[in-house]
Amino acid sequence: MKDFAYTRDFKSRALIFAILLAVSIIVVIPYIWMLSNSFKTTIETLTDPMHIIPQEFTLDGYIKVLTKSPFFHWLGNSVFITCFNTIVILFTSTLVGYLFARFRFKGKDFLFAMLMFTMMVPAQVTMITTFIIIDDIGLYDSVWALIIPSFVNVFGIYLCKQYCEEIPRELIESARIDGAGDFAIYWRIVIPQIRPAIGALAIFTFMEYWNDYLNPLIYLSSTEKMTLPLALSYFSTQHTTDLSATMAASALIMIPAAVVFIIFQKQFIKGLSMTGMK
Amino acid sequence: MAEVILKNIKKIYPFTEDEKKKDKKDGSEDKPMNLQITDKGVVAVQEFNLEIADREFVVLVGPSGCGKSTTLRMIAGLEDISEGDLYIDGERMNDVAPKNRDIAMVFQNYALYPHMTVYENMAFSLKMQKFSKEEIDKNVREAAEILDITPLLNRKPKALSGGQRQRVAMGRAFVRDPKVFLMDEPLSNLDAKLRNQMRAEIIKLRKKIDTTFIYVTHDQVEAMTLGDRIVIMKDGFIQQIGTPQEVFSNPKNLFVAGFIGVPQMNFFPDSKLRCEDGKYTVEILGEKFELSGKLAESLKVQPDAAAEREVVAGVRPVNVVISDDDTGIDAVIEVAEMMGSEMHLHMKAAGDTEIIAVVPTLNMNVDEMSQGKALKLKLQTEAMHLFDPETEESLLK
Repeated sequence: MKDFAYTRDFKSRALIFAILLAVSIIVVIPYIWMLSNSFKTTIETLTDPMHIIPQEFTLDGYIKVLTKSPFFHWLGNSVFITCFNTIVILFTSTLVGYLFARFRFKGKDFLFAMLMFTMMVPAQVTMITTFIIIDDIGLYDSVWALIIPSFVNVFGIYLCKQYCEEIPRELIESARIDGAGDFAIYWRIVIPQIRPAIGALAIFTFMEYWNDYLNPLIYLSSTEKMTLPLALSYFSTQHTTDLSATMAASALIMIPAAVVFIIFQKQFIKGLSMTGMK
Repeated sequence: MAEVILKNIKKIYPFTEDEKKKDKKDGSEDKPMNLQITDKGVVAVQEFNLEIADREFVVLVGPSGCGKSTTLRMIAGLEDISEGDLYIDGERMNDVAPKNRDIAMVFQNYALYPHMTVYENMAFSLKMQKFSKEEIDKNVREAAEILDITPLLNRKPKALSGGQRQRVAMGRAFVRDPKVFLMDEPLSNLDAKLRNQMRAEIIKLRKKIDTTFIYVTHDQVEAMTLGDRIVIMKDGFIQQIGTPQEVFSNPKNLFVAGFIGVPQMNFFPDSKLRCEDGKYTVEILGEKFELSGKLAESLKVQPDAAAEREVVAGVRPVNVVISDDDTGIDAVIEVAEMMGSEMHLHMKAAGDTEIIAVVPTLNMNVDEMSQGKALKLKLQTEAMHLFDPETEESLLK
């Protein structure tokens, strides 16, 4: 009986392992392919792009990205836009989430329903109108065009609201009696209580703006204002793409995102797994 | 230290939009409580008049939903007062923010800030009031010393036991020397043994900090042991205000009589009060009991000699004694609970009337007192209570 249980256990484990391995390979292959091509010569990327191990190992792609393009300038733009947006979104999301969770005011449910409704409208639908507004107020080709429309993040508000609702009412009342005003309660009591949500939201937002390709493409035109994802198109012409440089740029762009993820990973997973749990 | 005056306080919880819609739809009422419902909403507390003297310990007690916590929260400023006036230290407080009322509150679930250490928890209110670091440190350490929690100062609430959390919650409340100390069922999350211990601690603490206390509980034992005065509430109304002895000995109505005292007072509805030959008798379950002179004198209404009056008689379980002769009310033991020095006998008499007696076990054959045993019971009339069956008010002065 014991042996049977053991064999069955082993078989099911082996099956799970095989499935996970297969999925992992599928996920990892594009990254390996990217890294391998970033170390190939331009000629080799054209003639033999599928070969994993480069025939001639070279750093030409990286050198080209770092020296033949304003890479560090783009990096600065990307860091500025991403960090600014992340900080502002964390602030507005936690504040508005707390407001919706804990305050009673007229039209609250309607307002929240409206906010949720905007989540269901794809960004592409409002793209043209947003572009016209941005252009009208003179923000076209300015990094602020990527920042100002992002001040409010509905998903962030929703996530923080869910977390704020779980904070015991007495905790806030106790702080109120202790002499804390509304902002002090938000800052000193609410924020520390919803740290997992903040961690998850920080990663989401960072990834979203770090990897954003479409919006910079629409709103920015000057080379020096570009963000890193746009750099990928910098090495492409109408007819050819410098795959070696493009893949090197991709690999470089990935590094900060990976670092952020590794730092906040624990909070991120906690944040996701606790969403909506009462 | 301050006196607290509540004048004709009323609290109405307005209906929410959903409730209004529902009411319009079916007009039915599904609230389990007996609270008054008006057009404006549910009336949680009304006609609440109470003057709490400086340094007095007042306990608000009553079953859940009676409005005791709501009253406390109105004093704290956590709920708006719909009508009436609240004065603390002579100042009207209705529209004053909680932080400016100079009160402190201990919550049922302690409400310790989980991300702060015990020290930070206790220092929080002082920090908010912009005390200097030295003052904060001095006050926190003094309070910690009084409550014996100095070794816990660097721990987080997560690492504390229930009793320790309770102490910290109290320390956090009195660290800033409030005028009024509010406690909302602070012991109800503790186990029985710890609760007894903490009750004693609160009595000791009260002597040390000597301020005005308002304490809410549903446990009448806590109310009796802690309060200088007890306010008994039901369905949003005050039923009686008095010292523990007063409410125990002279309950104003049936509810108070039944609520105060463990085990609960025995009630005998359909009893007959008569006056024959200048002597008052009460007929309970077919047995006649003569009222003592003192009790007869304290009767509010003197029934005329010929008339008989229907009353509800109330006798506390300690005043039910086993008859040593063949006279008395017939009863059969249903459950006998051995409590050590005494026994609680749950009995059934004629007409399915339940009678509880608390009898001392000294000089008694305990084994005999088991289920099914028939007994004759006598009621000590000097400790009897009489109530009007209609108004439920006491007939005694």
